[in-house]
Amino acid sequence: MTVASALEMALAAVVLGVATWTIAARETFAAVVGFVTYGLLLALIWVRLDAVDVALVEAAIGGGLGGVLLLGAAARLRVTETPTATERPSATVRVGAALLSAAVAAALATGVILLPDPAPTLAPAAAANATATGLGNPVTNVLMAFRAMDTMLEKVVLLLALVGVWSLAPDRLWGGHPGPRHRADPLGTLAFLARLLPPVGIVVGIYVFWTGKDHPGGAFQGGTILAAMWLLVMMAGIADAPQVSSRRLRIVLIAGPGIFLAVGLAGFAIGSAFLAYPVAYAKPLILGIEVAMTLTIAATLGLLLAGAPERSAGQ
Amino acid sequence: MSVAVDIITIVAITAGAFFFLAGTVGLLRFPDTLTRLHALTKADNLGLGLVVLGLVPQAGSLRGGLKLLCVWALALLAGAMVSQLIAREASGQRGDPAMRHDGPPP
Repeated sequence: MTVASALEMALAAVVLGVATWTIAARETFAAVVGFVTYGLLLALIWVRLDAVDVALVEAAIGGGLGGVLLLGAAARLRVTETPTATERPSATVRVGAALLSAAVAAALATGVILLPDPAPTLAPAAAANATATGLGNPVTNVLMAFRAMDTMLEKVVLLLALVGVWSLAPDRLWGGHPGPRHRADPLGTLAFLARLLPPVGIVVGIYVFWTGKDHPGGAFQGGTILAAMWLLVMMAGIADAPQVSSRRLRIVLIAGPGIFLAVGLAGFAIGSAFLAYPVAYAKPLILGIEVAMTLTIAATLGLLLAGAPERSAGQ
Repeated sequence: MSVAVDIITIVAITAGAFFFLAGTVGLLRFPDTLTRLHALTKADNLGLGLVVLGLVPQAGSLRGGLKLLCVWALALLAGAMVSQLIAREASGQRGDPAMRHDGPPP
């Protein structure tokens, strides 16, 4: 057994251990911390599988923004934690849940074991057509050209999720500022970090987006870093979250899917089909879509974490 | 030359791993939050620093080496700031009521 495979096995064992602990943890807060650790360790596994693009997303979403989202939920649920902990579901419910979970796990395991070897793959076809777009990163090729439809719809889903969060606002606060107004000591540590880090983080976010055309990275990863910087500034109380009725904000939110859709429809005129890029302009078109998408993703993720409108304008 | 560089790498990374181990033992064994933070910074600052120092000669390019140093600098910054925030929370002098887990004070 080589050192590398021993390391991988140890890593897999730790991931399984953390996963079990996350489920078994009685306290919501502890479970969330376990989930964040799980996401970061999973990112390491993706790196070992040479899927660096996936690893970046897992670390940024699973370990980062997803963790913050769950921490916020855990904080809101803290009041109800003691009453729910004393309630025990009936034996029937617990046995039913256990059976259902075991059945799902067994079905998944059977599916994985029964996969033909070698597994069906479109990777050779994607690699053979890699030159068509002028981009060097095969993952970006698949996301932005070969399966562009999925990526576009994914952005629409993100927007729908935000609409879902906003719809939790009571009528009188509609159009107001999302979330509580954060007030930190203006001379304190958090405010200092929120002034020091964003210049670096913004450069890194744009770099991760830009390098995604030829290397691991891309709009989602870059946008997540930008969102994290924005959230840091909001949490330190330096800038308030914008009113959800702001027209400029709405334009940024629809820019990504909007431009994607416009280019897709233009494909009927200048290309051969919906979302078909003319070969000569494929690269600039894809990069143009990605610039808009990076901004949209950053704004959407930031607002998803900021929450539903809780304060009317000026409050 | 390359042997000397390899020896530097091995020595630095071994020392870094030792500080990670010592920091982890401290994190598990020390009695309260502040002393545990003290143990954690040993792993973050010295442990990661020595590992990065050991990897820089192996980076192959100036750009790669600088990226590694940037990783260390950012980890130092984040570690120092987060330690401050946790320590302040632990000693009960938080500034932002909206960020408390138990909601704003009555």
